[in-house]
Amino acid sequence: MGACGAVNLTIRVNGQTHQITSDPDTPLIYVLRDELQLKGTKLGCGLEQCGACAVLVGGKTVLSCVSAVETFEGQDITTIEGIEATEVGRRVQDAFVKATAAQCGYCTAGLVVAATALLTETPNPDREATLAALAPHLCRCGSHPRVLRAVTRAASG
Amino acid sequence: MSLVDPSLLCNWIIFRDGRLQIQSGKVDIGQRISTALVQIVHEELTIPYSQIDVAPVRTGQSPDEGITSGSNSIEQSGHAIRCAAATLRCALIAVAARQTGTEPQDWHVEHGSLCLPATNHRIPIADLAAYLDPSTVVDPNVVFRVVDSENGPGPGMRGMAELVNGSFTFVHDLEMPGMQHARAIRPPNVNARLRSDETALEKWLEKDQRLIRDGSFLAITGPKEWPVVRAAGRLAAACNWDMCDGLPEIDVFSKLTAETAIRMPVVDSTPSNGSLPEPLLNPTAMARYERPYQLHGALGPSAALAEWNGVVLKIFCHSQGIYPLRDSIADSLGLDPSHVVITHVFGAGCYGHNGADDAAFEAALIAMQTPGVPILLKWTREDEHRWEPFAPAMAVELAAQIKVGKIGAYSAEVFSDTHRGRPRPGPDRAGPGKLLANRFRADPVGPPTAQPNLARHGGMHRNLDPIYDIPRKQFVKNLVTGLPHRTSAMRCLGAALNIFGLESFMDELALQSGIEPTAFRRAHLSDSRALAVLDELDRQVSRLPALTAQCGRGQAYAQYKNQMTRVGVSVDLAVDDHGRVRLLHAVIVADAGRVVDFEGLKAQLEGGFVQAASWALYEQVHWDRDGIVSKDWDSYPVIRFDNIPKIDVTVMNRGHEKSVGAGEASPGPTIAAIANAIFDATGLRMRRMPFTPDMILTRAIED
Repeated sequence: MGACGAVNLTIRVNGQTHQITSDPDTPLIYVLRDELQLKGTKLGCGLEQCGACAVLVGGKTVLSCVSAVETFEGQDITTIEGIEATEVGRRVQDAFVKATAAQCGYCTAGLVVAATALLTETPNPDREATLAALAPHLCRCGSHPRVLRAVTRAASG
Repeated sequence: MSLVDPSLLCNWIIFRDGRLQIQSGKVDIGQRISTALVQIVHEELTIPYSQIDVAPVRTGQSPDEGITSGSNSIEQSGHAIRCAAATLRCALIAVAARQTGTEPQDWHVEHGSLCLPATNHRIPIADLAAYLDPSTVVDPNVVFRVVDSENGPGPGMRGMAELVNGSFTFVHDLEMPGMQHARAIRPPNVNARLRSDETALEKWLEKDQRLIRDGSFLAITGPKEWPVVRAAGRLAAACNWDMCDGLPEIDVFSKLTAETAIRMPVVDSTPSNGSLPEPLLNPTAMARYERPYQLHGALGPSAALAEWNGVVLKIFCHSQGIYPLRDSIADSLGLDPSHVVITHVFGAGCYGHNGADDAAFEAALIAMQTPGVPILLKWTREDEHRWEPFAPAMAVELAAQIKVGKIGAYSAEVFSDTHRGRPRPGPDRAGPGKLLANRFRADPVGPPTAQPNLARHGGMHRNLDPIYDIPRKQFVKNLVTGLPHRTSAMRCLGAALNIFGLESFMDELALQSGIEPTAFRRAHLSDSRALAVLDELDRQVSRLPALTAQCGRGQAYAQYKNQMTRVGVSVDLAVDDHGRVRLLHAVIVADAGRVVDFEGLKAQLEGGFVQAASWALYEQVHWDRDGIVSKDWDSYPVIRFDNIPKIDVTVMNRGHEKSVGAGEASPGPTIAAIANAIFDATGLRMRRMPFTPDMILTRAIED
């Protein structure tokens, strides 16, 4: 258990380097939300079952609710707050807005992150590839059809 | 509840700094009511969307509109706001006419101003508002403007831009100076009681953390969230609970019978004290349909922030009914209701009465022991899965006599525990008794004994009465209490099971009579709008690709509460050799009267389809003697992206008809359409949800 205020490790989030004082065993999401005040990433289960807490690590979708922050030392993390830094990210955000791809919106951050990762890797995914990429993400309001339309819209640019 | 006559205009609409502010008592729960209210005000006053705000919903400030539920928000708050906006328009035109010596009928509104055609008179509505008599009352008979909302781009969903960049604030994201985080430590089951004493537990606390205890209600607080979560896990493992009787390991369906029930005849969809009807003689067909306990299963666990300053208790939460909750919390804590102020803040979509109210009360209980320290309590995933009030397990028994291809007589008898677990004040401290934590306190309250819901289309008898033309019909409701789990309102209440049953039964009766099911439905419908929905459904379905091997198509129709949105649903699906159902294509056609927010309406219809497909195929609460065992998304699976069909939604806009609620209109017919499609694909009639591979294979063996 680290003493309060002492720097335990360094992580890079949305292009900025942060000295982290949270305990090294802290799951990444609590560091993002509570220490860095990046509250856009949502906790849905804390069990890596629902996808609400997805962030990008090295461009890939990673769930942030279980893995300790120390495992992310030295890696490039992008949260929903930083997703607009890339052209693909902006396209995905815009497509979600235009397709009104949310109802309550609790799943939205994770889905925007996942869609950005998908389209960065595969600019024109077929429906099966999109469904597979989004399958780890739950939405309880049933916005799935809109999210799929948004991904299609973002892919076609 | 919403518009009581007389109702002051300034209770609904005010101007502040040149901007119009809507004051509604209905809250956003993912159904976009605030977006629809902005659209309504815009339609009546033409004020640009960007100049219209929606006030936070707060006790003592917002109109008391009861609970945001039952697909009533458009009809209640929407109607009230439309009347208020139209009243405002007429009142301001009268002011302008008086000031200029002109006639009111000469004026019209355009781009947020009053205009006098052929002159340069243009008066911004916001400027004129200062001249409005503050005692102006809303005219419930005011004439509305006629506009075609389909043509405009609409205001766009409020908050959408903030959702995609992470700046939208949910209650989980609130911060206050000096705020502490909290978690509750739950018993293994509802009957268990805490044996451990505080000193044995306090050793598990970390620096600056505190244990809060009231009887068997146990919580931990601390300045940082993760250490609180970590210590809560250790505390949970260290607690010594007296398991008492545990949970009864019963087959709930065997208990859903008339034997122990409070039985009431239902006449005109309203329970009555009359005599019970005799069972239908020599029915042509009989069938029983069943639904297990199911979860609301919000994606974000419930949460609330509370602060007690020694005089006033402030609570920020995602309750659907802040006024009833305020009164029940005040009663629970011995406070005057005026000293409890509840503000609605966004939570995850709730789909009915989930843990929102309980979390609000628990945050308050903790905050009362930490004066001056705001407490942000979050439920965990396991809390939400195990402790939210479930949708009750239900059964409905249907019987019909068929004469010459038509139903001559029909009987429906429904069995269920209560759908009314919301903390509404009532006799015997019913409000406090329905707040979960009160059961565990040193001085416990509740649970209250459920009473039959006597409202028209209330509770379990919602949509028990078929929308079809049937000469002789009889209905009975059976309130079964003493079952293992706390239950309350979930999207559609009884209508989900009742429409699943009725619309499956319609297919069964049609096929038994050698008639195509849709033709059979039509033969029992005289409502031209219902027939138009079915015609449109036919047109849409005729464009779909032909079905291949192992595929089936099923359809269903319903009108929510027999008076709200009409919906026809068609589903194409495939069932593989393992009994796995893959949804391929869905068509939804709906008539919701005058449409306010097209995108919002379509989203509700689609969302209702997806949630109902999840209920139909996946969802079921499991428990054993020790407690609820369906405690996460693995042990309580729900639908995911990999089984989302293509969904086409068509809305029949009826600009001159009343706007009616749609949020709960599509789930009932969706479940039935899926069951009917499974029958079409396999010849297996599924009468108990969920239609899992195990259930389908079991049914195949039974056949």
